[in-house]
Amino acid sequence: MTDDRQESHPPARTTGRWIAIGVIVAAVAAVFGYVGGWLAPERLTPKRIVDALQANGGDHPGFRRNHAKGICVTGRFESNGELAAFSTARLFGPGNTPFVGRLAIPGGNPYAPDGSIPIRSFAIRFDLADGEQWRTGMNAMAVFPVTTPKAFYDLTVATHPDPATGKPDPEKAKAFFGAHPETGPFLAWIKTAKPSASYVTETYRSINAFYLRDAAGQRRAVRWQIVPEQGPEGEGGAAAGDADFLAADLMKRLGQGPLRWHLQMVFADPGDPVNDATKIWPDGRKTVDAGTVVVDAAEAQADGPCRDVNYDPMILPRGIEPSDDPLLAARSATYADSFLRRTSEEAHVPGTAHPKEARP
Amino acid sequence: MSRPDTFHWFARLLHWVMAAMVISMLFIGAGMVTSVESKHTWLLAIHKPLGISIFVLALIRLGFRLTHPAPPLPDDMPLWQKLAAHASHWLFYALMIGLPLVGWGMLSAGNFPVTLGAGLRLPPILPFDPLLYAWLREAHRYLAWLFFLTYLAHMGAALMHGLIRRDGVLQAMTGRRAP
Repeated sequence: MTDDRQESHPPARTTGRWIAIGVIVAAVAAVFGYVGGWLAPERLTPKRIVDALQANGGDHPGFRRNHAKGICVTGRFESNGELAAFSTARLFGPGNTPFVGRLAIPGGNPYAPDGSIPIRSFAIRFDLADGEQWRTGMNAMAVFPVTTPKAFYDLTVATHPDPATGKPDPEKAKAFFGAHPETGPFLAWIKTAKPSASYVTETYRSINAFYLRDAAGQRRAVRWQIVPEQGPEGEGGAAAGDADFLAADLMKRLGQGPLRWHLQMVFADPGDPVNDATKIWPDGRKTVDAGTVVVDAAEAQADGPCRDVNYDPMILPRGIEPSDDPLLAARSATYADSFLRRTSEEAHVPGTAHPKEARP
Repeated sequence: MSRPDTFHWFARLLHWVMAAMVISMLFIGAGMVTSVESKHTWLLAIHKPLGISIFVLALIRLGFRLTHPAPPLPDDMPLWQKLAAHASHWLFYALMIGLPLVGWGMLSAGNFPVTLGAGLRLPPILPFDPLLYAWLREAHRYLAWLFFLTYLAHMGAALMHGLIRRDGVLQAMTGRRAP
């Protein structure tokens, strides 16, 4: 039988068939390499974005690659039922929903002074009674600086601290903002923004738009915000030289009782952009107060319940859906990369840096 | 009915349907973890239900395979090739069942809801443990690599049987005997 085969297929023809097999296998491998990005080095991947954030914030194994400095809070959402007509999500019905939250400041340095940046953030994971979750990462700012993941990456690179001065190169930042007119509303806002002396007097916004879906299947575009009940009390600012005044203020205020924010849904009017986080929606939009976010405890993030939570804004319960804002998919993808980096470091997976023992 | 020199029609059907599913799955996985655009979202939305479908079909297929032996390999095949063929086939079963389980377990350990779309959600199969999450997430990556490399070897070997040896091994799965 072997002889028959050799007779019917001269060596030249067999060689050709071997080459064909090799080409087919190599072609499949090449397509896989392209899809997986290894043969497409120009592609913007979650890894490249997180690498850029890490380059700016420094190497801090075990910490988040952005919003690295923060504190865990726990409490409950007390629904007033007003939003149940607009969303089937269980937490908007009557009753309370527990949550694990995190107050933080932007940036990849967990030791950054609280006064170094005028933005604070509040991330929350609501644990719904039926086992669903709603995770949201909100920022105390009016709008996001850029529209797309690529622009965010370019902004991160453009504001990379110069090793000589420790500060971003003003020329590079200027060139970036000059080439990105969509940053206008953000720049106008940040010009007047001051670092608040407290986490608890800030209004935190979803920034990105989402959809609520009601029981009849109708969906409506919204952005949400949580608005503090506690006013700025003698906004004297922090003591000069204190780098960690936000956590101290939070603990002091919690010693006097729970802290409260109102969860407000702001509904888009027809024509309001739902896929562009750089655009402010004008005042006067229909707003529904869904209930109260009550914080009654806080603890350091090193051992707190928020440490190993990935506040991926695409983890949504039924009744809340993502918009086609291009930042949302990128936030989900990059948060996952950051989460894997820090949990791998905690787990001492080979090839990862070990977290330092003492951590704030 | 099946002839002794070909696989049962049901085994062939499962093989080709699952081949399409598994190859799609490997490419979807590689694409979704390296993209930040909206395709990241919809690839992820396909990845989870498709993975569970492969898991269920693989269990059915394993049961069928254990009760319906495969046609014998040609007598003149070198021993090492026979061993490689058998080992790779059982590796495929292990990966078709194990990789979805690792994915499901990894999401469970990370305390992520295991959503399949259309309001379907699977229960967690592991308790919350972020360190276990990290290990399983890495295992998911490297097992997927192993799956892809085994698939390349399998495809290369199948073509070798069909084009070089022309010994009926490929036809046992395509269902057409060589002339």
